[in-house]
Amino acid sequence: MPTDTHPTAPTDLDSTLLTYVLRQGDRSLVLAQRLLENVAHSPELEEDMALANVALDLIGQSRLLYTYAGQVDAGPTGEVAADAPSSDRLDENHYAYWRPDTAFTSPLLVEQPNGDFAHLITRQFLHDAFAAPYWQAMTTSTDETLAAIAAKAVKETAYHLRHSRGWVVRLGDGTDESHRRMQVAIDALWRFTGELFERDDVEDGLAQRGVAADPTSLERVWQETVASTLAEATLDRPSDEHMRTGGRHGRHSEGFSYLIGEMQSVARAHPGASW
Amino acid sequence: MSSDWPAWEVFVRARRGVGHVHAGTVHAPDATLAIENARDLYTRRNEGVSLWVVRSSDVVTSDPDERHSMFDPAADKSFRQPTDFELPPDVAHM
Repeated sequence: MPTDTHPTAPTDLDSTLLTYVLRQGDRSLVLAQRLLENVAHSPELEEDMALANVALDLIGQSRLLYTYAGQVDAGPTGEVAADAPSSDRLDENHYAYWRPDTAFTSPLLVEQPNGDFAHLITRQFLHDAFAAPYWQAMTTSTDETLAAIAAKAVKETAYHLRHSRGWVVRLGDGTDESHRRMQVAIDALWRFTGELFERDDVEDGLAQRGVAADPTSLERVWQETVASTLAEATLDRPSDEHMRTGGRHGRHSEGFSYLIGEMQSVARAHPGASW
Repeated sequence: MSSDWPAWEVFVRARRGVGHVHAGTVHAPDATLAIENARDLYTRRNEGVSLWVVRSSDVVTSDPDERHSMFDPAADKSFRQPTDFELPPDVAHM
């Protein structure tokens, strides 16, 4: 009985698009939060500024993505009442501050603790080698909003990759101590890289419509970037055994709830506040 | 650790058609990172379209103790200023 269908009920496309957009927003925001934990702890003032800039770029990307998620989430009529409590309004703050940690679908890689600078910059490189070609591919998305976000993000992430890649080479091909620390970092983080290229019905369906980037072609570019960088950095590429997964389904590591708790504490202590 | 990283002088070109102007100094272990650090410190508010960096130790400076003999003699050479000359009344368009 077609007349029973609610006119604004989300379509399959809407719900997969929402999932997809939140995945990208969560990946950016969680990595930014980790980077910002490091502010004032970088080995040099200049690098502190560089990493804070990267984090602010990532927050900017997640804001655009969350804002778009809210539009997709609300449906064509934007059903959420204007006088609803701030936690129910589907704006960017809703997705950043009012979801539980288990609702975040960021990959495990970006939530890994900062550790020493080798860990922090290796995590950044492994992410950037994904994000740069990802946003490049998304500039031709058939979704106009995502293509517009990509047009901005592609320049930012190209620079992030240049910066983090430079550090991987500099430290990998540096002193004995910096080389040793970099190899430890790449060995520790490698197990979280497979999840970046996981595909499911959400990715496949949207990729078929030209909305999403194809994970398989992204992985090919990522593998090339990582292989050439590690070779230049005289670092060994770890084996692909024992890849970890779960973040995309809300199953995060132990430290994740603390990360989210800290990030959300001010917004939850002062609901609706603006500054 | 800052003492390990040499200083670099940063020059920023604000837009096409004007010269690079000295903006300040950054620390960096090599030229590539000096450019990146300069970008983050001196062009973060849209100040530039081009950057130069040069190792501070490579900049040759005039000796401050010789500044009087270097620069004071120019002070009374007003004939080097175009405004020092009176134009003949017949010269138009000046």
